Amino acid sequence: MSEAVRVSGLTKTYPARRGGARVVAVKDVSFELARGESLGLVGESGSGKTTLARMLVGLARPDTGTIVIDGRTRQGKERGRAARLRRAKEVQMVFQDPYGSLDRRLSVEAALRDVLRRHLPDPAKETVRARISELMGHVGLSGKHLGSRPHELSGGQRQRVAIAKALAVDPAVLVLDEAVSALDVSVQAQILALLNRIRAETGVSLVFVTHDLAVVNEVTGQILVMYKGEAVERGATAEVLRRPRHPYTDMLLSSAPGPNWQPERVAELRAAFAGAP
Amino acid sequence: MTIDDIGARTASAPVADRRRRSPWTFRACLAILGVAVAAAVFAPLVAPYAPDATDFSAIWAPPGPAHWLGTDQLGRDILSRVIHGARPSLLGAIALLAFATVLGVLIGVVAAWRRGWVDTVLARITDVMFAFPGLLFVVLIIAVFDRGPATAVIGMGLAFAPLIAKFTRAIALEELARPYVDAYRLQGVGGVQLIGRYLLPNLMPTLVGYLVVLFGEGLMSLASLNFLGFGAQPPSSEWGLMVQEGRAGVIQGVLGPALVPGLTIAVVVVATNVVGVRLSDKLAVRT
Repeated sequence: MSEAVRVSGLTKTYPARRGGARVVAVKDVSFELARGESLGLVGESGSGKTTLARMLVGLARPDTGTIVIDGRTRQGKERGRAARLRRAKEVQMVFQDPYGSLDRRLSVEAALRDVLRRHLPDPAKETVRARISELMGHVGLSGKHLGSRPHELSGGQRQRVAIAKALAVDPAVLVLDEAVSALDVSVQAQILALLNRIRAETGVSLVFVTHDLAVVNEVTGQILVMYKGEAVERGATAEVLRRPRHPYTDMLLSSAPGPNWQPERVAELRAAFAGAP
Repeated sequence: MTIDDIGARTASAPVADRRRRSPWTFRACLAILGVAVAAAVFAPLVAPYAPDATDFSAIWAPPGPAHWLGTDQLGRDILSRVIHGARPSLLGAIALLAFATVLGVLIGVVAAWRRGWVDTVLARITDVMFAFPGLLFVVLIIAVFDRGPATAVIGMGLAFAPLIAKFTRAIALEELARPYVDAYRLQGVGGVQLIGRYLLPNLMPTLVGYLVVLFGEGLMSLASLNFLGFGAQPPSSEWGLMVQEGRAGVIQGVLGPALVPGLTIAVVVVATNVVGVRLSDKLAVRT
């Protein structure tokens, strides 16, 4: 069986603001992700991790390179309802902003029903209802929230609903773009535990885009460190976090508050890798 | 004083404030609009006379028990004419707004959705439409077609459409930037469905408030056109036309026939604006 995700030679540039050279957002990035595994995409702001994630789900088009998800090469131009629905089943995304990522007109139940009617092979009333309660269980929300509209929910609850909506499509891969960054730490921990459980139960592959190394450590087996659009380090998360080989990874670790926190080393390291390509 | 007291006070202050601002003016204006609509609907039942019933023994009669607001140069009862005039006046403004809204929302949403050169081309077109005063539009339309209520409505509609297009484009751009729109696209929702089923309903609250304010303007513009004789024709008792017909009396020192419909227009327009501004404040509350 093939991998869930296989990305090779992905490059994306944007036109510069005023003349000048094009801005390289992502440069020749390749990686694979096995089915049911989870990958952390880490890097500071502007490292290209969000652009990479948006290309992965099809919200941005790469200049060069190929993306194979669930055994099928993603094409830029595909028209027609069947193609759209098939692409949806390949990969879904949970966004950073828990306030903007839900349609404020729809209650939790209406939002989930809306997705399921589109994606269930048999959208009969009972099947939809059963699947809704299953999804609510997956994301740890009780039935009393079914009638709630987004403005009546907390940030953590909204993000749970967003996850449930993404899972309702039953995708092979779920991309989470800083999905817990806007939440406070205790809620973060709950959502991360939840995602671990969901991965174990449903077999969905996860791609975590984050700047937070603690988050990566919590939920991912593999890690890809991005710096200025390039993948500078790749490997098993535990290994990379314990023994970083690239000075940038070392700097990320040193700059994160925690056992490795060494603020005085950060400047030194930044100077070291800034000279290197 | 405990901390809880302070909390309760500061928390309740804005509520009390809002209630104070839920003012009698708003309710009065709502009532005025209600009366206007009722007049439009029930005109034949509530008007004491037919709008075109002439009485040559009572030409330019002052207000009195027989004619509460007096009569005009043909002895027609002004109150009855104003009541009957509500229907063409309000319906005209509604038709004008409906036409302008369909056109404007279509242009605005397509521009915001397609971006790029489509947006640029549509922006140029609306700019050109903006550059013409509404009146000029109507004169152009009348040159092509003939004068009449439909001509006035279409002409004014074309003048209002760019306003609505620009407004719609702005709010649609803001809405399209929200991640839930991306989420719909990732679910496989097609463009037309995304706009019709998800985007437009989310724009509606903001749009409706704006349209209510525009309604007042539309009513006034149409009345001006009718006053100039480009729209409704006698014996219609459309308010703008009534003012025009009442001018003869003003010269003779009889103000009623022009003043009553003129005041009616002013009052309805002001009432619409007050209601519209408040509605758009209330409806546009974003979560």
